Amino acid sequence: MSILVNSASRVLVQGITGREGSFHAERCIQYGTNVVAGVTPGKGGEMFMDKVPVFNSVRLAVDETQADVALIFVPPSFAADAILESADAGVGLVVCITEGIPVRDSIMVTRYLEGKPTRLLGPNCPGLISPGDNCKVGIMPGNIHAPGKVGVVSRSGTLTYEGVDQLTKLGIGQSTCVGIGGDPVSGTTFVDVLQLFNDDPATEAIVLIGEIGGMKEQEAAEYIAAHVRKPVAALIVGQTAPPGRRMGHAGAVITGKAALASEKMSALERAGCRIIPSPAQIGATVQEMLG
Amino acid sequence: MKLHEYQAKALLAGYDVPVPEGSVARGADEAQETAARLGGRAVVKAQVHAGGRGKAGGVKLAGTPAEAADIAQVLIGSTLVTPQTGPQGAPVGAVLVEQTLDVARELYLSITTGGDKRPVVIASASGGMEIEEVAQTNPEAILTETIDPAIGFQPFQGRRIGAGLGIPTSLTRPFIAMLDACYRAYMQKDLSMLEINPLVVTNDERLLALDAKVSFDDDAMFRHEPEARLRDTSQEDALEVQASEADIAYVKLDGNVGCLVNGAGLAMATMDTVKFAGAEPANFLDVGGGASEEKISTAIQLMVSDEKVERVLVNIFGGILRCDIAARGIVDAYGKAERRPPLVVRMLGTNVDEGKQILAESGLEPVMVDTLEQAAAAIGGEG
Repeated sequence: MSILVNSASRVLVQGITGREGSFHAERCIQYGTNVVAGVTPGKGGEMFMDKVPVFNSVRLAVDETQADVALIFVPPSFAADAILESADAGVGLVVCITEGIPVRDSIMVTRYLEGKPTRLLGPNCPGLISPGDNCKVGIMPGNIHAPGKVGVVSRSGTLTYEGVDQLTKLGIGQSTCVGIGGDPVSGTTFVDVLQLFNDDPATEAIVLIGEIGGMKEQEAAEYIAAHVRKPVAALIVGQTAPPGRRMGHAGAVITGKAALASEKMSALERAGCRIIPSPAQIGATVQEMLG
Repeated sequence: MKLHEYQAKALLAGYDVPVPEGSVARGADEAQETAARLGGRAVVKAQVHAGGRGKAGGVKLAGTPAEAADIAQVLIGSTLVTPQTGPQGAPVGAVLVEQTLDVARELYLSITTGGDKRPVVIASASGGMEIEEVAQTNPEAILTETIDPAIGFQPFQGRRIGAGLGIPTSLTRPFIAMLDACYRAYMQKDLSMLEINPLVVTNDERLLALDAKVSFDDDAMFRHEPEARLRDTSQEDALEVQASEADIAYVKLDGNVGCLVNGAGLAMATMDTVKFAGAEPANFLDVGGGASEEKISTAIQLMVSDEKVERVLVNIFGGILRCDIAARGIVDAYGKAERRPPLVVRMLGTNVDEGKQILAESGLEPVMVDTLEQAAAAIGGEG
């Protein structure tokens, strides 16, 4: 079992004929993901890898293939439109990989999605993967994952791979790994994913990887204290970041006391999480926690 | 991207936000002329991208046009060190010469995007103070109004803030108009921060933005070309400017271990690891997802040109970025760079064996490690 995506997921890729889109769509298919359609306006009728039909619009793709997950690789200036197009076509889960979307666009998109049945993951995220279902909807290297019972949720890309790699090398597999993205305004939050992991019978423990900036980790801590019945290990990075400077991710800026790594760690510790003392000890800490 | 105060005020004035009369001067003559036009008395303000100017001697009152010229003469071309610039200070290329005002009250007003994915107006009656300071000493004095982007700023929200700040009834309408203008500027110009501190109420009952700071969302500059041309790179670190031109996310710090990483989260994690090992990172540097050999080489050359860098830690988690590409980039950079600090390389993932072989045959003799833990030991051991 897993959350959000599994072997039954029918995935469409927006921007499938582009450089990034085609590269990653191919790797998702190789991993076992059921990619049923691609969308590139103007390229409808083409076939991707000789087997995936390309459509001119998401609506056409959904009508024809019943796709229920969208994976977006379109450039930043068109990404908001791509998300809205999928939502309009009734796609249940939209995963936006695109980095560099203006915050205003994300504000308008997330506002539009309020009360709608579409869930947005990202933008500026690596996507998600359920190793037990051979379903990868994102850009993470599939081979470092292993099926198992630990749910991983993170604001980062490569740091998540680092954590997963440490887990897998210790024989600890994952139910689903979810990257919520590094932007200040994005769709799915830590709290949303924690709730799903908490309700997922196949997930027995949770790893949360956060960073400086914003209040997302504090919101996660409140939710964990009030609701989560499973053990949670948490890592916060950015302890050496200076205030006011953007550390790569648009959301990773210390703008006030609450944005500091130390504040986030103490909130998570108070909520009963096991704090991962350093990025080198993600695997070891989880192993210890699982006993 | 930040603007200077005079640029920020021009932007706000374009939305009919009242600002004091005045203009920017790049020399003593211009300052003198402006002061004369304003009636003699004027405030001369150094234009740097940092707050805390007043206490640092960057804001001075001139009683006559000649005095304004003298002050401008001293400030322009100098380096202003404020608590926000760091010890190296910021160069003053221009001053803003403005009318003096008869101030009754100083308030604080800003707009930013909050944790709940919507713009938030923040106000306090403690104008002139850093909002962070107010948040710590007197948090209940801070008023906030979250704006629903579907309908925009609403007058009732303005009345609520106005009442909270004790704005006189006669100024309620102009106050609401000002908030609405600020919100429109914030959204239309893709700002990440708009701050008016202080917003003043004068004795003759006028509201004016006495100071103004705006920051643009860097990711939205593609649709604000005229504003993008207002960037003043003299206010930024030279290496950071070079890095941004090469599309490399680089932030200079004070330590001596240069860190080159792919991915922002892993880059922060690597810096933390350096710190835990008892050393200090010299920089944040994320080469990004699909970096080329050239980009990695450029990034390393840039990083080691910082003379503080005594050691280099490369941490690559190969995925889209292949380790052999990274290795070639490292070798190329060390072939071209004038400084060649000792290298610790941690590589993992796609084409790691090829990457290691390239480095082994390069003659650079890097310390090769496989895990973050070993990287920490290698860095700490040499420290």
